[in-house]
Amino acid sequence: MKNVTISILAAAFISSPLFAETVRLGTEGAYPPYNFVNDAGEIDGFEREVGDKLCELAELECTWVKNDWDSIIPNLVSGNYDVIIAGMSITDERDEVIDFTQDYFPPDPSSYMSMAGTKDDAVKGVVAAQVSTLQAGYVAESGATLVEFATPDETIAAVKSGEADAVLADDAFLRKYVEESNGELIFLGPQVNLGKGVGLGLRESDTELRDKLNAGIDAMKADGSLNALISKWFEGQTGY
Amino acid sequence: MEYCVDPSVLEGWRWLSCYLTTPKHFFFYYSFLTVFALLCITAPVVLLMGFAGAMARRSSFAPLRLFGVAYTSMVRGIPDVIFFLFVPIALDQLVEFLRHKIKCPEVVEPVFRGNEFIVCTAAKMPLQDAAPWVHQGWSFILAIIAFSIVFGAFAANTMYGALSAVPEEQLETARAYGFTDRQTFRRIHVPQMWTYALPGLSNLWMILIKATPLLFLLGIEDIVYWARELGGSKTGYFEYPHPDWRLWYFLALLVFYLLLTWLSGKVFGALNRKYSHHHFAERAVSPVQAGR
Repeated sequence: MKNVTISILAAAFISSPLFAETVRLGTEGAYPPYNFVNDAGEIDGFEREVGDKLCELAELECTWVKNDWDSIIPNLVSGNYDVIIAGMSITDERDEVIDFTQDYFPPDPSSYMSMAGTKDDAVKGVVAAQVSTLQAGYVAESGATLVEFATPDETIAAVKSGEADAVLADDAFLRKYVEESNGELIFLGPQVNLGKGVGLGLRESDTELRDKLNAGIDAMKADGSLNALISKWFEGQTGY
Repeated sequence: MEYCVDPSVLEGWRWLSCYLTTPKHFFFYYSFLTVFALLCITAPVVLLMGFAGAMARRSSFAPLRLFGVAYTSMVRGIPDVIFFLFVPIALDQLVEFLRHKIKCPEVVEPVFRGNEFIVCTAAKMPLQDAAPWVHQGWSFILAIIAFSIVFGAFAANTMYGALSAVPEEQLETARAYGFTDRQTFRRIHVPQMWTYALPGLSNLWMILIKATPLLFLLGIEDIVYWARELGGSKTGYFEYPHPDWRLWYFLALLVFYLLLTWLSGKVFGALNRKYSHHHFAERAVSPVQAGR
């Protein structure tokens, strides 16, 4: 608790250095291991480390902002924060509204997860997905009945409660749930490849910031530090 | 507590005591203060706005009366949720737009560019480098304004009705005693009005309490936000993994709200008894009233 108080006081009284520009990073904080709010109440995860490192490289003063997933793009374009760093896959649809940096996480397959004993045709039954995700779009077109939820956690809860037969989400997100379920949860059927990797989302007018962050990602890819973070947070992933 | 250093070896009550005292849980406990702060700030503002609204509707000055009628009927006719979504966004953009016009007159590019809303750095509200609590405080202020506008209109309606409900004879009596219009209003009309307004206002207070979770809708980290966040299932990425416990957290909120409304009901019950007694005593001496 003491640490929290100190950090709040520090945030309130230490003014930013004159030349450092303040950039607000918006994340969901509910998508481990990409981003989540840890037991200390702080943003944690792969993207926390990537974001902090990129800010350091670009000499930017960064603050973290939590925002619900379904309003994360509208609140970027209306200027509540400057960067989306929330496990957001680069897609053509999103690219029409906002801009993306290059990917900092390679394309990750999506998997179906369901309760043990579920038959493979459950992927054509009632399938849960988070609202406004690639997976939700895919399920809607797959012939299955789509049920959407505001948070990733609720999609898992829907499968456990039997409300949905299966959930479709990023494999990296589901993996931990399957591993820790003692066989209660299983992966179902073949994986699907969606998206072109995960990138940082920016306003289309913020070209200068985009270039700075792109340069940072280049540097992190070149010196291996990005791969180190990827294998730290995503078991079995080697990165680029 | 020092035994909380390694949660993975803890069990039972010790685990629970550590779990319930994580900094994240303290954010949850503090967020109850957010709810109380909202209630304590909004209630007096609502009363003021209600009174002003009721006065406007009774005004002999036509434009003011029209404004009063428009305000109350507009808020009554539009779903609250629409207002709560509209007011903070509209107000936020209006403030930033005006600040942009004042602080950065040299910027020629339009503020609305395609789907983007871009004001210069100096016009940001709050400023880009402001501390996180300033940003949260600003959204909280916007939320209070939205609550006050909506509930102020309801209060204006209640008070307008209550002012009209005060028996004309009482006011005539006051005038007969030589009170001026102003004195009649202040010494008889308004004090008597409270008697009639109290049941409606106590009802409004209950509705206000029950509307506080709308803060969550406005992106403010209130008790509902933290209950959902803490209750969701936690995997091994967290120090205290647990299955879906949202049920328990929401149960706690349920008990909290029940206690709060029960307590409010008690307080308003006592107030009502006090004032209605007073009121009936006065009515009893009026034969005209008794015969109605």
